[in-house]
This record gives sequence, structure tokens and C-alpha cells, in this order.
Amino acid sequence: MSKPLPQPNVVTQRFWSSCKDGRFEFQHCKACGHNQFPPRLTCTACHGADLDWLPSSGRGTVYSFTVVHRAPLESFKADVPYVIAIVALEEGVRAMVNLRGVDPKAVAIGMPIEVFFEPTEGEYPLPQARPR
Amino acid sequence: MASKAVITGVADTAVGKVDGSTSLGLQAEAAAAAVADAGLSLGDIDGVLCGYSFTEPHLMLSSVVSEFLGIKPSYSIAVQAGGATACAQVMQAAALIEAGICRHVLAVCGDNRLTGMSRDKAVAALSEVGHAQFERPYGISVPSAYALVAQRYMHDYGVTLEHLAGVAVAHRKHAMRNPKAQMRQPITLEDVAKSKPISTPLRLLDCCLISDGGAAVVISAADAARDTRKRGIGVLGTGQMNTHEHIIASPSLTDFGCKQSSRQAFDRAGVTPADIDVAEIYDSFTITLLAELESIGFFARGEAGPAILGGALDLDGQLPCNTHGGLLSYAHSGAAGGMFHVVEAVRQLRGEAEGRQVASPELAFVHGDGGILSAHCSLVLGRN
Repeated sequence: MSKPLPQPNVVTQRFWSSCKDGRFEFQHCKACGHNQFPPRLTCTACHGADLDWLPSSGRGTVYSFTVVHRAPLESFKADVPYVIAIVALEEGVRAMVNLRGVDPKAVAIGMPIEVFFEPTEGEYPLPQARPR
Repeated sequence: MASKAVITGVADTAVGKVDGSTSLGLQAEAAAAAVADAGLSLGDIDGVLCGYSFTEPHLMLSSVVSEFLGIKPSYSIAVQAGGATACAQVMQAAALIEAGICRHVLAVCGDNRLTGMSRDKAVAALSEVGHAQFERPYGISVPSAYALVAQRYMHDYGVTLEHLAGVAVAHRKHAMRNPKAQMRQPITLEDVAKSKPISTPLRLLDCCLISDGGAAVVISAADAARDTRKRGIGVLGTGQMNTHEHIIASPSLTDFGCKQSSRQAFDRAGVTPADIDVAEIYDSFTITLLAELESIGFFARGEAGPAILGGALDLDGQLPCNTHGGLLSYAHSGAAGGMFHVVEAVRQLRGEAEGRQVASPELAFVHGDGGILSAHCSLVLGRN
């Protein structure tokens, strides 16, 4: 059994296509200025429909994290212990990633990170993060 | 304030490993027992609200349950709000009664999650609540999502691993007084600390059980309740708040909708947290209860942990809480997990809690949360 892979749909296709080009894009509301992620059809702040896609700098910090010792699916069992983090990007949006290239014991809230793109078994790479 | 909706019957089945049990069977057993507890017959039920099942899922579970029971309710619907389901069923039942639509509503839940599916399957099924595109590819599980909350909560409010362990020990202490509880052997803070890591900072004993079991309550119109067998317990106030579903979309990792849902329930009942004599609050993980106790206002931020280590949740403590043993030590079988909290609150208010009875409580608070602290429903119950 393989890992769950990104399955783009009409709302998220732009995001995943940008990942292929090495950009992490979020939505920006032209009416109220709100930045949001994950992608939606409308702005979650003012409910307007005029949304722009902007690239993130890819820089941020660890907002919270956990070291997983008990994998939920067979396909993740070989990876334990692995780190899941919620990262806060400079533009004010948060995303879930796996933190790579770091000793799980050394991860801390506030740690500076940068987003990178990790190949998957599918068509689209997955945004991940590592310390910067 | 006299309430229009009163709880007239409660019941739960055997819990834990119930060999040969089925989801429908557990629901039927709990339903019949709750109706009998009320002194009613199944034919008196004109409203059915059921939860959901992992082992016998169905598009129209409420119809399936009614068909199995052999009743023809004039109102029937299934409620799906994860751990908030049971409280939401009671809230919905009270609203139906206050609107004059029903006279006796049966709210029933049950699942054979322990014997009906493997532990791996139960964990995998629960992981499907993660966001398909933006969480599940990272290997998220329900414990990991709560672990993300725990890590941030500990960072912001000085909560320690020992505080979390204290929650687990307090629940086991309650369960040891309850002959029906699934887990009754004593545990220490050290046992929790040494239990195997699941998703840091959460360890095995920080996590709820997986159980078989069913539970049901009957909610009746006050004027229809005069003929029932026991004194009705009033549904004095109800409240809800829903802020997100997925943890990546949560507005905060430390402040949750239980604050608003409980305030709504307290305001509608005309009481404050300080008036509550006994509380039954969703405890899917140790951090769940700790964050809810502080968000609801029973304790100031950062103070629940030390208070719990000092016995605050015990029968004679500041806030006797989860007196049956909770999801951590009594049982957790899906939607029924939250219904056990409702059943226990009613038993406490009726004075039927035997060896774990709180001294003459007048007011109880019950709270359920579904998802990752996403959907919240609160109830204030009282001796009418």
C-alpha cells in the first residue's frame, strides 16, 4: 500500500502545478488583503471570490511539531520516528510538512525553516521543510 | 429556570471487550434499557437520533436502528459530529421538544470498535479525518494532530509532561471505583511516563481506549415526563461552536470553540462555571481535557495541571470530573464514548453513582469535542 498522494482538483490544481515548478503558492484576497492556505474557492475572511496566487518566500518557523512513533498506515511504518510540523510562513499562512534533515530530538518551536520539494511516487512533489 | 426538556432515561451496555457484540445490537440493547429506565415503552418514542458506526456504517443509520428496534418514529435523523455527537444529539433532542415536534426522543449510540475491527484498522480509519491533500500525505493521525496541540500548549502555558500524566492518573483513580470500567488496575505518574511514545509529547497512557459499548438517553417533554419512573434531569442550557475541521485550519492551537459553546450553555442556564458540582468533559487525550478545562474557564491558563496533581478532579476536589473514568479509563466506542459522559452526569445528579457518587450535586456540565478540537457542544444539566 502506498502513501496517500496529492490528488489535485479544480481548487488545488494551481498549487500542485506550482510545486512542480518549485514554488509554494498561497491565495491572496484582492478585496481585503487576507492571505490563506490551504486553497479555497473564496476568501475565508471576507468571502469575496477575487483571489490571487502569490509565491511564498518559503521561509518560516516551526509553529508546533510532533515526533511520530506510531504510524497510522503501513506505508509510513518504515519512516518512524518522523517529524510532522505545522510551519508558519513569513506571509502569515500555516502549512503542515515533514521536517527533514534534522535530529527529531533537536526540533523546537520557533526553529527557522525553509520549504523544499520532495519527489513522491506520484506526479506531484510534496512541499516539505528543513532547518535553515 | 424550569426546563421544557428533561432526561428521563439513561443506560449503557457492558463496555470494553464485549465478545459477539455488534454495533446494531449494542445500540438496541442500550435503547431498550434507557427506555425501561424511563418507565416508558419503545412505542412511546416519537423521535430517534442516532450517531454513526465504523463497523456497520450506513447512509441512513437512524432508519436502520429504528427498523431493527421495530419502531416508527415521526422524526428520525443521524448526527455525525465526532466526539461532539452525543452532546449534539441531546441538544437537538431538547430543541425538538422545545419546538413541540417530539414528546420522547431516543438518542442512541454504539459500536463494537474493539472486537469488530483490528486496532490497526481503527487507527487507519481515524486517520482518514485528516485533510486528504494537505495533511494525510504527511502521515497524520488523530493522536499526532492532538500532539501538535499539546506541544504548542505546553510551550505557551508551561504545561509539563507530568501535568498530562496527572490527568491520566486521575481518570484511572475514578475508573478503579467503577466496576464496569475497562481499565481498573492502578497506574502512577511513572507508568504514564514510561508508556510507549505514540506521537510526542503523547504516550500510550495519554490516549483514550478503543472499546465496544453502547449508550442511550431518553429526552422527554417536561409535561410528558410526569408519568416516567424517575425524577427527570433538566436540560438547562445547551451550546455549540464550530471553528474548523482540520488542525491546519484551526484558528489557534491553544484556544478552542469550547469557550464559546460552554458560555452559551452557561448563559442559557443562567449559571457560571463556579456553580457546577460535577463535570463530564471529553477526554480523548490528556491534553484534550486539560485544554478544555482551561478554555472553558474552570481553571486559569496553566493552572489545571498543578491543580489536577493536587486532586482537583477527585470526588471531593474543586471540580469532580469524569467520575466514571472517562474515555481514558472507562471506555471509548465512537459516538457512544461521548454518550457515556452524558449517562454518568445523569447518574450523578440522580444520586445513582454508587461508590463514585459526588456529594449531592445539583448541577452538572457535560462537554463533547469532535475532530481536532473542531466541533464543540456543551450541556448544563440539573435536578429539576
